Amino acid sequence: MHARWRRLSTLQPVRESAVEIEDLNVVRGGNSVIPSLSLRVRSGSVTGLLGPSGCGKTTLMRSVVGAQIVTGGKISVLGNPAGSAGLRSRVGYVTQAPSVYGDLTVAENLSYFAKVVGVEQGRITETLQTVGLEDYLERIVSSLSGGERARVSLASALLNRPPLLVLDEPTVGLDPLLRQGLWRDFHRLARGGTTLLISSHVMDEAAECDDLLLMREGRLLRNCTPNELRGETGEEDLGKAFLRVIEMASGT
Amino acid sequence: MSARITLATGRRVLGQIRHDPRTIALLLAVPALLLTLLRYMFDGQPQVFQSIGAPLCGLFPFIVMFLITSITMLRERTSGTLERLMTLPMSKLDLLMGYGLAFGVLAAAQAIVVCAVGFGLLGLESPHGVLLVGALAILNALLGMALGLLLSAFARTEFQAVQFMPAFIFPQMLLCGLFITRDEMAPVLEAVSWLLPFTYAYDALDLAVSPGQLDATLMIDVVVVIGATMASLALGAVTLKRRTP
Repeated sequence: MHARWRRLSTLQPVRESAVEIEDLNVVRGGNSVIPSLSLRVRSGSVTGLLGPSGCGKTTLMRSVVGAQIVTGGKISVLGNPAGSAGLRSRVGYVTQAPSVYGDLTVAENLSYFAKVVGVEQGRITETLQTVGLEDYLERIVSSLSGGERARVSLASALLNRPPLLVLDEPTVGLDPLLRQGLWRDFHRLARGGTTLLISSHVMDEAAECDDLLLMREGRLLRNCTPNELRGETGEEDLGKAFLRVIEMASGT
Repeated sequence: MSARITLATGRRVLGQIRHDPRTIALLLAVPALLLTLLRYMFDGQPQVFQSIGAPLCGLFPFIVMFLITSITMLRERTSGTLERLMTLPMSKLDLLMGYGLAFGVLAAAQAIVVCAVGFGLLGLESPHGVLLVGALAILNALLGMALGLLLSAFARTEFQAVQFMPAFIFPQMLLCGLFITRDEMAPVLEAVSWLLPFTYAYDALDLAVSPGQLDATLMIDVVVVIGATMASLALGAVTLKRRTP
């Protein structure tokens, strides 16, 4: 009886949201960067956080990983308050600028982060294959291109297979083939139960996501699926659909 | 705190320096070369060379580690790697101790070279043994490192970090008693010198390279140096923030 109940409960997870934000308020340098924002990120989804540069995407992501001083509101991540110590091994965060050591080799970077998060060194080759850098082990990171450095940074966050990945513009400046490959990997991770919150300012990428969060000027305009957005606006192209949503919001 | 992460951090910092052979060469060669310069500057006054050169063997690591640490840490802050580490299961102490390990090792290497040249080749004397000078050199290097970690929080660019050298280290060097005994300074300066950690670092070395019985004064100096190191590390830890604006 007990075993069956447990099986049922894994089929229907009790917690549906990996991230729940209620009334988040962030003031920076006297400006209200995010006045009041509430949202949910479904567990096991690839959720795209989309909006123009400077709309507050990075601030929101930093709030989720607990790196941002927030003024008010409640953020629950995997059932715990954002930034709590227990989450540090369960949330992977990749900043927009690659945060790896330029003066070390790819292997040395990953080896260091592997030790910090406590995974065996064998994971290094696996994660490098995921980002297509398996032949770069001995290369010094500062000699790599921007896109390659971004992938080293991404690989470092994948090492310990965290259940939540927060990725700030991970595909910027990548060649289209590699970008497509990465989105495939993101979905593969999501099928394995990982939740991915991915920001982008390129609307083309919206079509790759299961769920969308559309942001503008620190406000959340929509929290919906790509198809819902198409249905609501009557636009097939998601870029145009976003434009419609902005027009609706400003009442034109 | 975890030994695994501390050791990994120490190895990582050493790895960063290992990839920069020119820095290592400069680290090891420059103090020995400066000491040689002093030796021949004071060619006619060997006792002046002894009174300045011998303590300097233990003070070089302080100065160099201060500079290197403040820049390494500043880079860690500006490159985003510090922010990444602070979102990982790593305690601040792991990071600070890791730095301490790495720069302790570097300081030891530097002290070995400069002491070998100074006491071995240039005829400096160490009545209480070169080992004592070496041990003090490593303690001073750790003090320099701790101050560098702390001050890196107040620099936004590497240019600023480099300026901390003349701003914070030079006055301490001038007032520590190395160039002129402190009781000959204006009373205000003498009083100020008692508040500066470098004064105790110099005083310990001065005792270590002078003939005469070693007494409790040396112990007091050492305790002050260690205390200042701990205090700077504690203050440095406060500047490592997991949450930033």
